[in-house]
Amino acid sequence: MTMFLSNLISGISLGSVYAIIALGYTMVYGIAKMLNFAHGDIIMVGAYICFTCLYSLGLSPAVGVLASVMVCTLLGILIERLAYKPLRQATSLAVLITAIGMSYFLQNLAQMIWGANPKSFQTVIPAGNLSIMGGELKISYVSMVTIAASVVVMVALSLFVGRTKMGRAMRCVSEDKGAAQLMGVNVNLTISVTFAIGSALAAIAGVLMCSAYPTLKPTTGAMPGIKAFTAAVFGGIGSIPGAMLGGILLGVIEILGRAYVSSELGDAFVFAVLILVLLIKPTGLLGKKIHEKV
Amino acid sequence: MKKVLALVLAVIMVMSLAACGSKTDTPTEAPKTDDAPQTTEAVGSDAAPAGAIKVGAIGPLTGDYAIYGSAVANGIQIAIEEINAKGGLQFELLSEDDQGDPTMSVNAYNVEMEKGMQVLLGTTTSGACAAVADVANEERVFVLTPSASNPVVNEGKDNVYQVCFTDPNQGASSAQTIKSLGLGTKIAVIWNNAQDYSTSIYQSFMAKAQEIGLEVVSDTTFSDDGNADFSVQLQDAANAGADLVFLPIYYTPVVAIMQQADAAGYGFKFFGVDGMDGLLAVEGFNTALAEGSYMLTPFDANKTDDLTASFVASYEAKFGVTPNQFAADAYDAMYIFYAACQELGFTSETTPQEICEAMIPWMQSFTYTGLTGEGMVWTADGCVSKVATAYVIRDGAYASVD
Repeated sequence: MTMFLSNLISGISLGSVYAIIALGYTMVYGIAKMLNFAHGDIIMVGAYICFTCLYSLGLSPAVGVLASVMVCTLLGILIERLAYKPLRQATSLAVLITAIGMSYFLQNLAQMIWGANPKSFQTVIPAGNLSIMGGELKISYVSMVTIAASVVVMVALSLFVGRTKMGRAMRCVSEDKGAAQLMGVNVNLTISVTFAIGSALAAIAGVLMCSAYPTLKPTTGAMPGIKAFTAAVFGGIGSIPGAMLGGILLGVIEILGRAYVSSELGDAFVFAVLILVLLIKPTGLLGKKIHEKV
Repeated sequence: MKKVLALVLAVIMVMSLAACGSKTDTPTEAPKTDDAPQTTEAVGSDAAPAGAIKVGAIGPLTGDYAIYGSAVANGIQIAIEEINAKGGLQFELLSEDDQGDPTMSVNAYNVEMEKGMQVLLGTTTSGACAAVADVANEERVFVLTPSASNPVVNEGKDNVYQVCFTDPNQGASSAQTIKSLGLGTKIAVIWNNAQDYSTSIYQSFMAKAQEIGLEVVSDTTFSDDGNADFSVQLQDAANAGADLVFLPIYYTPVVAIMQQADAAGYGFKFFGVDGMDGLLAVEGFNTALAEGSYMLTPFDANKTDDLTASFVASYEAKFGVTPNQFAADAYDAMYIFYAACQELGFTSETTPQEICEAMIPWMQSFTYTGLTGEGMVWTADGCVSKVATAYVIRDGAYASVD
């Protein structure tokens, strides 16, 4: 029983990391209608910035997190301006391929700057764990902070999109770009803000992920990025609570699958979920079915 | 106009980012897609002396395994610079990226052959090396791989020799060492089932463990060399009451395993193989976590003999990082080939086929002492015999186990 609980907590903790990444994915997809495959690599850049601040410059963790959020926000806006904006009218396939190219570009740029040697990320959260049930069950502080952070981010994001003027503009752009523009919504600004928020979330995800799983190298963001994409599809891409739910469920499925079925097939479970979802409920758990009007 | 401005800004951004980078140990190209054959001229292109013997190196210079391929290319580069500085025979390094992928590796091999490669000191990874070795065997080009340790690399191929230990050799010695030093009674193994290296060591370890009566209580795997979650594997080991965890894997996941074991409060002892070398040099790694861990390795960067000290010093000066075992094996490989050139009289005019036919009998009669071993000799099937020394990590450095 304790073993099951302990695995469940590991799963929720891993799932929370996927959830924060998936929130960024889903937001950009929901509003700009594009799959930003470079999202995973922005996570990696965020983690490297934080690592540089902490390890090379000796700054405090708070400054490190802040710096990485700021750099990633700027990077997100810059990428959108330079790589995606010129393709606003192009086919979605062209944008998708550009995003994949951007992903490789960021990986290689990171390797140029920080080298291929893996770094060991210094956690920004105190190491150690909370012992409950007479020491049989241990929950690390990193897990607790990650889970809490993902809940906070999800609630904040829902409120922002639902309650603010910019949030309303985002929903308009998401529904119909052309009509929104006619109604006086600044579409370019809205999309830039979306990328800024998505990238800031990526920075937070990067720092939290590397605090829990500390190896940092230029390809660090690739696999979690793909898994978070799966989580976003699982929960219903475009839906904010869906991304959260999908992320956590995916983390739990991965860990429990590895623990009780086969440790060799951890990743296979994750992608089997993607295939099942696409077959059974293509819109995902919380996704809305959109009727195309002809 | 706007486009020009955007371009200029992008260039400025790239330049400024590159300028703040403290250490750049692998030059790479900008973005690229997977499908094109890689033609990255990584190192050694600068000022090649005329009439130089062309030595090929192929390995992952980008991607997940970039650290290993660049260590090999850098190790050869250091050796060539030393040799060229002596005067006499001159060498030129042709280095290509294969991202550890067999198809890209064969492409890289073809590119280097067109550039006039005379001998191949590669490839770095076993899977890619097996593919290249098949082609090289047909074309009769000599292959001396610094680091491809899987037996599949030279099985049935008379022209492929290894500088590193073979994997089975390491697995068996690990089991033997654990038993004879009495390091643990209940052993857990965590291995990478997506990697030939790890799988092969694991298999020979398990066979030997059974033979000598070493109890393995937990046996778990993973398949991602990156930022994996090891909570399940560690939990399984803890539940089975393991006291020692055997890690036949590269050091990147070892960092994650040690940190996660510590965060979860497990007090395991760890035992690693030569892939674990490099652990202590990982930036930001708290070496206290590795304290009291054991490992087998042929190379110790802290050794104080002249050869090791001068190699480590020039490597650090040139590339800004401490060399690992891959770099040391590569350095040895280059000196072995240098010795062959001197004894067998190779020049830049000798064809790869002539070199291959002369090298095969010569390797079997040659004895070499270098960074990674004393009195190394080779069998006819291309395997090296050298001693795997067990070390224990004390005060952040390797120490003798006695």
